[in-house]
Amino acid sequence: MIEKKIIKEHGLTEQEYEKIVELIGREPNLTELGIFSLMWSEHCSYKSSKIHLKKLPTSGENVIQGPGENAGIMDIGDGLAIVFKIESHNHPSFIEPYQGAATGVGGILRDIFTMGARPIALMDSLRFGPLSQAHNKSIMEGVVSGIAGYGNSIGIPTVGGEIYFNKCYSPNPLVNVFCIGLARKEKIFYAKAEGAGNSVLYVGSKTGRDGIHGATMASAEFDEDLEKKRPNVQVGDPFKEKLLLEACLEVMDKDLIVGIQDMGAAGLTCSTSEMASNSGSGIAINLDLVPQREEGMTPYEIMLSESQERMLIVAKRDKVQAVQEIFEKWDLEAIHIGQVTDGDKLKVEANGQEVVNIPVDSIVNLCPVYDRPFERPAYLDKLDQLDSLPLPENLNQTLLDLLTDPTQADKEWVFRQYDHMVQTNTALLPGADASVIRIKGTKKALATTLDGNPLYSYLDPKSGGKIAVAEACRNLSCVGAYPIGVTNCLNFGNPEKPEIMWQFKEIVEGISEACLAFDIPITGGNVSFYNETDGKPIHPTPVLGIVGIIPDLDKSIGPGFIDNGEAIFLLGNNRDEIGGTAYLKSQFQMEKGRPPQIDLEEEKRVQNLCLEAIDDGLLSSAHDISEGGLALCLFECAFLSAKKIGCVVHLSDNIRSDSLLFGETQSRILVTAPSHHLSRILNLAKERGVFAKKIGETGGAKIEIGHQNKTLIDLDVQTAFQAWKQAIPESFKIR
Amino acid sequence: MKFGIVIFPGSNCDYDTFNVLRDVFHMETVFLWHKDHNIKDVDCIILPGGFSYGDYLRSGAIARFSPLMQEVKEFAMKGGLVLGICNGFQVLLELGLLPGAMLRNKNLKFLCQHVHIRIEEKKTPFTKRGEKGQVLRIPIAHFDGNYYDSEEGIETLIENNQIVFRYSEHNGLISDKGNVNGSKESVAGIINKAGNVMGMMPHPERASEAILGSEDGKIIFQSIIDWLA
Repeated sequence: MIEKKIIKEHGLTEQEYEKIVELIGREPNLTELGIFSLMWSEHCSYKSSKIHLKKLPTSGENVIQGPGENAGIMDIGDGLAIVFKIESHNHPSFIEPYQGAATGVGGILRDIFTMGARPIALMDSLRFGPLSQAHNKSIMEGVVSGIAGYGNSIGIPTVGGEIYFNKCYSPNPLVNVFCIGLARKEKIFYAKAEGAGNSVLYVGSKTGRDGIHGATMASAEFDEDLEKKRPNVQVGDPFKEKLLLEACLEVMDKDLIVGIQDMGAAGLTCSTSEMASNSGSGIAINLDLVPQREEGMTPYEIMLSESQERMLIVAKRDKVQAVQEIFEKWDLEAIHIGQVTDGDKLKVEANGQEVVNIPVDSIVNLCPVYDRPFERPAYLDKLDQLDSLPLPENLNQTLLDLLTDPTQADKEWVFRQYDHMVQTNTALLPGADASVIRIKGTKKALATTLDGNPLYSYLDPKSGGKIAVAEACRNLSCVGAYPIGVTNCLNFGNPEKPEIMWQFKEIVEGISEACLAFDIPITGGNVSFYNETDGKPIHPTPVLGIVGIIPDLDKSIGPGFIDNGEAIFLLGNNRDEIGGTAYLKSQFQMEKGRPPQIDLEEEKRVQNLCLEAIDDGLLSSAHDISEGGLALCLFECAFLSAKKIGCVVHLSDNIRSDSLLFGETQSRILVTAPSHHLSRILNLAKERGVFAKKIGETGGAKIEIGHQNKTLIDLDVQTAFQAWKQAIPESFKIR
Repeated sequence: MKFGIVIFPGSNCDYDTFNVLRDVFHMETVFLWHKDHNIKDVDCIILPGGFSYGDYLRSGAIARFSPLMQEVKEFAMKGGLVLGICNGFQVLLELGLLPGAMLRNKNLKFLCQHVHIRIEEKKTPFTKRGEKGQVLRIPIAHFDGNYYDSEEGIETLIENNQIVFRYSEHNGLISDKGNVNGSKESVAGIINKAGNVMGMMPHPERASEAILGSEDGKIIFQSIIDWLA
């Protein structure tokens, strides 16, 4: 009989324990209990989120693989498929920033190459507490170095991403890692363990005691005992993973294997049981054959270890030697540890004794699913209302404050630590609306972006969910890419609290509505709950990773002004929406008000117009208007222009000046074009039912923004540029 | 004319370099596996960028013991052209084919960015298509690119015109500002005394197509092709 205390320590409830006993028809032993605790953890089982995630659209004509596998797969033509996914590594990065982030990269890479794809790009969505606190700085420094250390070494470019700062992420950072890979359609592999008698091969690093209970840790809140959890974090070895990547792709290319699965969260337990469950088989392994880093490891420890850089392969008996030869070439071993069996059991043997004997289905598919109670949080009533605010006296200063706020400031300090150019496909450098990755041998390119505004999601979760999708698609439209598929990472507090569950439900519904409107399927993703420290949750943070296709890379454009004397157009309408803006936060330290609302049909019309104008070759640049509003957008266009070109803009809208400059009304894109395209652009906009207007011209070394008969902003581009560029490095200067 | 690109475990610019030679310059190009003792009758050997052996111990330190390095050394002794890019440069230093050593970048961070380098020597097989004083815009991507040698070592390099590239500002000015990683004498690339083995930290293969933002790197490959022709 297992004591209640031990059950609780494994993160299982008494009811869950009773269900285990019922499923296997007896009390589990400790190793079996450990296996259930991992596979039934929130991280592996999605037990609180499943019921809501079902609302997301997941099908589409180009979907080859939707949610449920290691990553989503979509057909992109030319016999090629993209494999992509986003994963959180929040909890490990909190405990040990460098290794936590590094192994986050390692884990997502394995998810991609285990399906037969060569990873071609990484991106990260990072959220930290304010840099005014030393602790947050050290977390950020560690996370960025960890991402760089792993990605640079293995030679997959980290092509961009987003970085937000908010006190809700202090000290619980969010580290969401996105990866995309490219595969030949006929070379896609799945986590299958078919054919009784086929060999189960263990490849990669030896198994050690690191990472034991990683998945259960990721399913708990943090408290003062945090430091004790440090040994739970795994340690990454990017060199080993590089060898594993090359060897795995080589055996897949030569058609030597039946199925393959990486050992990520829940290690050997998850890979063996999932592969068997996916194929309706049983699987039997002998732990004495598993390569071990240290002596005296118990079956419990071996089954639960989350040591990195390990894979499980199922190969036909007669191909085992050929597989082993390829691994030897890469200085790795492929070791036979068991076989696929008839039946439906996971059987594990150690020291000549059977230590595990449970139906794979019970671990993989029969975890209880919860419909947790939800309730609209009371805080929303207080935050909805905005009192009248004074107009800042010096709008130039307000603007400088906004663009030196780390969330809006230049992120080059981060991006230049990442090798973002290796593989020679990066056609647009980090910092633009989206990353552009050419596909060698074709005219096409892929565009990828990560997006999710925590303030909107906090103040109005449903809008936050919709806008996250819409804005990511808008980012893609700005480089001329048609959105095709979505992966998402949903970061929340404790789902056992009804308010958190309500946020989750609302956001999922918002995302779903927007994905349906854009007709883009969600092909996978990840949910990270329990992002709380001492009972304080983070703002709900959905991160949407959306991939688009650029049919002809030569037509793609970027955000920076290209030339002097070009016309600046605003596509979309200015509205008086000041709630939830970066401006309120920066100027009044306020996270309040109704965030911008979105009309998805209007949004689509604006994006389609932008795409059509790019395709017709009418535009020189395009940039999405988001945090910081129209004013910040104009400055970014100047900063991202190779020649640091300024502009003169005049606005006539009847809107209070701060709201006009810094409001974050959605469905707006700022574009430039040679003057002789003016009438074509305006006519096209009219035909497509989009409000478009010429608001100024590029040129000069200043940015001047006039409103009715007043000058609101008059700033030297170089001055603003230096302030923007230096803000983050200044925070890290040793004084 | 045939090019050979060495693959060490952990090389990651091997295919990038291969693609440029094959697709941009239409050269016959082959890979050379580090465990072999066969350089396949190539006319120029390139040691590509990456993290050979994870750069564990020290950048390039383990790769020098790869079996193929014996042949590479002999090839170099006989006057064959050898180019080491980034990690390849670090391997050449460890092999003793070039003098000096690499320290961590002066800001103690990995640096990936476009930089400007000035051609200091035109009379080499790797730069003959360029002009002395010409400024090239080529990316770097390294943690250990801060070139170091003793005072005498540096003097020897200068006396023998062995400094091929220096980091500079966009207008060719040599300054602390332009010297991004803190290298002695702003060294970005050097050549051996015999003039057939060159190492450079910047990546010319990342600057050989307009779509990637610069084609300045082509000068280096075109120079080699002209020299061998």
